[in-house]
Amino acid sequence: MSLILAIFLGVVILVLAVTAIYHKNTKVAIIATGAVGLFASVLYLLLAAPDVALTEASIGSGLSTIIFFYVLNKIRHSND
Amino acid sequence: MIKKGILLLLLVGFVAIIGSLLINFTGSNELNPLARYYAENGPAEVGAANLVTAVVVTYRGFDTLGEVTILFIAAAIVGFFLKVMNADNGRPNKLRKTSEILETASTLLVPTIFMLGVYIFVNGHLTPGGGFQGGAVIATGVMMIILAQPTSRFNHKLISVLESVSGVGFVAMGILGLILASGFLNNAFLPLGKLGSLLSAGAIPIIYVFIGIKVGSELTGILDSLKENQNEI
Repeated sequence: MSLILAIFLGVVILVLAVTAIYHKNTKVAIIATGAVGLFASVLYLLLAAPDVALTEASIGSGLSTIIFFYVLNKIRHSND
Repeated sequence: MIKKGILLLLLVGFVAIIGSLLINFTGSNELNPLARYYAENGPAEVGAANLVTAVVVTYRGFDTLGEVTILFIAAAIVGFFLKVMNADNGRPNKLRKTSEILETASTLLVPTIFMLGVYIFVNGHLTPGGGFQGGAVIATGVMMIILAQPTSRFNHKLISVLESVSGVGFVAMGILGLILASGFLNNAFLPLGKLGSLLSAGAIPIIYVFIGIKVGSELTGILDSLKENQNEI
């Protein structure tokens, strides 16, 4: 059961990562990056690494997403 | 053409190296000597129920000090560059109003997230997690405050004082270990206590509280300096 779940999560992570690279809209790409972190943290939990899961959930899907948005906003201002 | 051939050759080489590693890989059922030493002597020497913490804070405590220093330098550089560009101020911040749901939910969630962060680093020697994880969770709570109330301002002085005091405290704990126990960052200068209780493992809880506050205030500082620079070009 957990093997199936792990494979499913891995496929979801891959799809989201490819979305993050190739999507035209940068906002969608940033959200996809955050979602990669979210699913990766569940995967780490399944693979018995709760420490890493905690870090990934808070930094990978929380802080880095908002930092990307701040930087995107700043770049857009300077391109106008 | 030659370039492509070289690339192909490189790829084949990589596949050969990694493939041979992969084919010859066999999982081992027993711990290697170093891991066995940690597993057998960790509880008696360090007294931490969470063995990962025993390795991270005591056996490899110097690495943790280096990691904290790296994070500090990153936060300092972000603060420095964003502050230099922060020339004009006082321009009205035109922000869209945040939704009712986010505002209401944040009043409930932010204290809970802060408490979870404190729980994680206070219990670092007993349960998974520790200073870094707790600090990151606290910074997530700060992020939620910023999202819900974009006009809120943080006390920069308080953040930098917290950061400096906890950094100095971490190093002071290490030096106390050097003087009172056998080496730098040795936790055994305080009583080890009973394995698994909250006040056990010598100085590890104190060190983790310092690391948690330090990481939390550093990440908060990064978020805050990014936020302050949003309405300038």
